[in-house]
Amino acid sequence: MGRPLLEVRGISKRFRGLRAVTDVSLSVEAGHIVALIGPNGAGKTTTFNMIAGVYRPDEGEILLDGQPLQGRRPDEICMAGVGRTFQLVKPFAGLSVLDNVVIGALRRHADVATARKKSLAILERLGIGEKSEQQASSLTLPDRKRLEVARALATEPRILLLDEVMAGLRPTETDRMVAIFKDINRETGLTILLIEHVMRAVMALSREIHVLHHGELIASGAPDEVVRHPAVLDCYLGEEAV
Amino acid sequence: MFSELNSRARGLLVALAMLLLVLPFIASNYVLSVAVLILYFAYTGQAWNVMMGFCGQLSLGHALYVGLGGYTAAALFVHFGIGPWAGVLASVIVCMTAGALVGFLAFRFSIGGVYFALLTIAFAEFTRIGFDHWQWLGASGGFFLPVSQREVSDLVNLRGSPTMFYYIILALASAALLFSTWLLRTRVGYYWLAIRENPEAAEALGINLFRYKMLAVLISAGMTSIAGVFFAFYYNNLFPEQVFNMGRSIEIILGPIIGGVGTLFGPIVGAALLTLLADGITELLGAFGIELSGIKQVFYGVCLLLVTMFLPNGVWPALSKRLGVISNRNDEE
Repeated sequence: MGRPLLEVRGISKRFRGLRAVTDVSLSVEAGHIVALIGPNGAGKTTTFNMIAGVYRPDEGEILLDGQPLQGRRPDEICMAGVGRTFQLVKPFAGLSVLDNVVIGALRRHADVATARKKSLAILERLGIGEKSEQQASSLTLPDRKRLEVARALATEPRILLLDEVMAGLRPTETDRMVAIFKDINRETGLTILLIEHVMRAVMALSREIHVLHHGELIASGAPDEVVRHPAVLDCYLGEEAV
Repeated sequence: MFSELNSRARGLLVALAMLLLVLPFIASNYVLSVAVLILYFAYTGQAWNVMMGFCGQLSLGHALYVGLGGYTAAALFVHFGIGPWAGVLASVIVCMTAGALVGFLAFRFSIGGVYFALLTIAFAEFTRIGFDHWQWLGASGGFFLPVSQREVSDLVNLRGSPTMFYYIILALASAALLFSTWLLRTRVGYYWLAIRENPEAAEALGINLFRYKMLAVLISAGMTSIAGVFFAFYYNNLFPEQVFNMGRSIEIILGPIIGGVGTLFGPIVGAALLTLLADGITELLGAFGIELSGIKQVFYGVCLLLVTMFLPNGVWPALSKRLGVISNRNDEE
């Protein structure tokens, strides 16, 4: 086995004395889908933001294919091959759905016509192709989540960070989204690290799960092991969730 | 752009272009001077729109670039005998340097929003004060270009009839429209819109915010400086109190705001509306023998109020729907 695509080594982040994330280490193998779960406020999004360059970790390193990412700007990290979605969606509200995605695609294809073609294909894939000419502000929340994914996919990342993209979806929609990610992962080998509360999606998608609680990693492993882990049951899942 | 316009829109545009081309042959000198003013503001509005309308960076100090551009070319002409065509290059360079300074300070140290706007005012203001005391350029007494007989048009030295100036500003305004249209269809244009709509999301998509915001300021400043050169050679005089005045900066931005920020035709429509209405009301009041100082400003204020109340996106988006023209994607917002 080679070195993992993404390697997080002992990162910590404090906000004015509040320890948001403490000494978290995890790695994601190329081609894998890995989930990061935990109760609200556990530090999942902070971890994401450190990987994506929004925050600089106080300690620790983040390596993408062996290259350090910590301390670099978000745009540089995107260029290095990390795509991300935002938990609180951030569409370019005044632009059309298609243009939103085109902006992502332009990162790889400087030519607007090519970027448009690629973007349309991605929108079709996510099932919002027929809405491509609508203004992004007119989309419903589930569609905005899809748009977030489409935009991040358009940058053709090596690893995709998904921050609660299933939240607010109906079970059938969740299943469709899960199927889409599985397909993309199988066809292109895209590596995915996802934060998710919807256990139905987590269990169906991930090969490995990491559990955060109060900013610390309390369990890591295969899905069926992790959900039986006593510490995890204790703090987060509760018996009814299994 | 023109391929996206429907036949009706194209027809209207061609008709307008024809009218503008033959205007000097059918209109009086007064009408022509009003047309020059409209086109001047259409041009400066287009330049300002690149920064604010496309990239979302509010400048309230664009008079800085008009003034610097005008003074640079005028000084080269008067003191060194260098013609305006070479002078305009120098003006563009000077203004881009000034823009780079403002942009660097703001974007490097993350001065955003209203604080950025304040910074642009500050630069225009202290430049005005500086020029007020610069004897070599006439200080507060003003700087004058030699006025010669306007019988033969001298394109090389920009000395000539109002008709010549009319065609120059028409060419500039048209070029600015085409340039802006082209910009919006490039990667840079898309990136600017992304930064305007949501900088954080833009950055996550690999857009270097500093670089693209800087580019917007440089292009906007460079375009505006050319208007300054035109201003200097058209009016033949420059006073720091006038060209660098904050009121001038406001005049520049009113057109695009009334017309529609971020749209391609907004600056043109806004400039036409404001200039015609302001001139109209001055004429009207004059005809009734009423002379009130500041009436134009009051009128501007009322106009702005009405537009923001009833047409918060500007006149052009509503007008384009009325005219039945399918316009550019960014004009539809």
